[in-house]
Amino acid sequence: MARELKLMKGNEAIAQAMIASGTDGYFGYPITPQSEVMETLMAEKPWETTGMVVLQAESEVSSINMVYGGAATGKKVATSSSSPGISLMQEGLTYLAGAEIPCVIVNVMRGGPGLGTIQPSQSDYFQSVKGGGHGDYQLYTLAPASVQEMYDFVFDAWDIAFKYRNPVLILSDGAIGQCMEKLYTRDNIARWTEEERRQHAPWGTWGKPAARGHNIITSLELESARQEVFNHKLQAKYAEMKEKEVRYETINCEDADYIFVAYGSSSRIAMKAMQMAREKGIKVGLFRLITLFPFPTKQLAEVAKRVKGILCVEMSAGQMIEDVRLATECNVKTEHFGRFGGIIPTPTEVLEALENKIIK
Amino acid sequence: MTEEIIIAGFGGQGVLSMGKILAYSGVMQNKEVSWMPSYGPEMRGGTANVSVIISDERISSPIINQFDTAIILNQQSLDKFEASVKPGGYLIYDPNGITHEPTRKDINIYKIAATAKAQELGISKVFNMVVLGGFLKLKPIVDKQYIHEGLEHSLPQRHWNLIPQNEEAIEIGKGIIEAVQTL
Repeated sequence: MARELKLMKGNEAIAQAMIASGTDGYFGYPITPQSEVMETLMAEKPWETTGMVVLQAESEVSSINMVYGGAATGKKVATSSSSPGISLMQEGLTYLAGAEIPCVIVNVMRGGPGLGTIQPSQSDYFQSVKGGGHGDYQLYTLAPASVQEMYDFVFDAWDIAFKYRNPVLILSDGAIGQCMEKLYTRDNIARWTEEERRQHAPWGTWGKPAARGHNIITSLELESARQEVFNHKLQAKYAEMKEKEVRYETINCEDADYIFVAYGSSSRIAMKAMQMAREKGIKVGLFRLITLFPFPTKQLAEVAKRVKGILCVEMSAGQMIEDVRLATECNVKTEHFGRFGGIIPTPTEVLEALENKIIK
Repeated sequence: MTEEIIIAGFGGQGVLSMGKILAYSGVMQNKEVSWMPSYGPEMRGGTANVSVIISDERISSPIINQFDTAIILNQQSLDKFEASVKPGGYLIYDPNGITHEPTRKDINIYKIAATAKAQELGISKVFNMVVLGGFLKLKPIVDKQYIHEGLEHSLPQRHWNLIPQNEEAIEIGKGIIEAVQTL
């Protein structure tokens, strides 16, 4: 597909971007509200055009381990699911992080805990950036807030995944997944040739040339001393991400007395609430997180110095707010507003929360 | 220009596709658009609704709770969304199955007997386009040529032969919408 103007759902955009970004394989298991990802891939039949493999596994545990196997060879392999399915994948994710395997995982969040609801939610923040699986690891986590970003972030995710040899999580929710918006598609990037794959993934299990030793993919190390060295290496990688790969957007923060901090669909609702507040003469800005890990700690702290209060907007009981308070070292009044269980807050409610919890 | 619309009715009435055709027509006219459905464990005979925004500017939230226009196709939706029309806004409803008429005094109210007309003409499949025509008569936010392009992009190519029928239905809708209360 060349550069074209389309109208499509966020979930369809994820699937189209996987094909267009030269993804080699997708393994998944259907779950609302992200089923259109695999449905679109199946309808597009990329195995007839780019050669991309699309396979429905028997469970999310299978899909994440198929990702592990495929991605270990240095191929671009991805999966997607929604909250309960992502919970099933946590063992696989920590193994992938521990084995330093680049791959892309998409979580289109729904209400929890447990099977919860099928409507949008943002209550997987902790799971995404505070572990999820065991051990000291991080997923580079991107939070798209539009259909265009659902598409673009798949391309960005592959760049980061291979640059750092690390899994990348695209953390979205049912609202952005189901919403249709304008989308500019890009020219297709061809899948890597065998030669290119060996260049991009010299560590991969693509066959042993006589000139070098075995490439071994594992997350197991029985020598504690060696495991500690490896942990330092991972931490250095995460520190470099914090230094170089933080992404965020500020809107109207220059003269703001108050700011909303939000990501994903909540940031869109907060933007509307910000416009409504400005019409009433209240100077409100929006600090939108694009990467959740690495968190824009320094950048938020800088903006927070100039404001009287912060309202965190998230469809959860208040998860992101912990990182906001750490970033500002609790120097500014900071409160949370959210709805649960698949209820999406309205812009009016968000503005009322600002007035009642922060301004009063 | 920003027009924030809710279209609500029964599943199977073509609520979501009407919204999609309107949104795609907006895309063709180089507007900013969003289409946000109520999705869920819904079924034929249940209620369905979609919020559509068409604007000349970047759209902040696709999720909204106050509307410039509400297009209402059943009693449940009238009960649910009458209060959500902005003061001075528009409420358009099909009287088919409506037992309690809208009561607001601060909005414009229009009636379009699209179900009855579509049955009379034997064009029930394009009933939703009759309704869309009524809306476009009041709010000509998208030009005719772009509606044509919107239909082309929304319908699979094998159904393009039905586009003239859809366009005729839009014209019929423009002719039968009637004012109940204007400010």
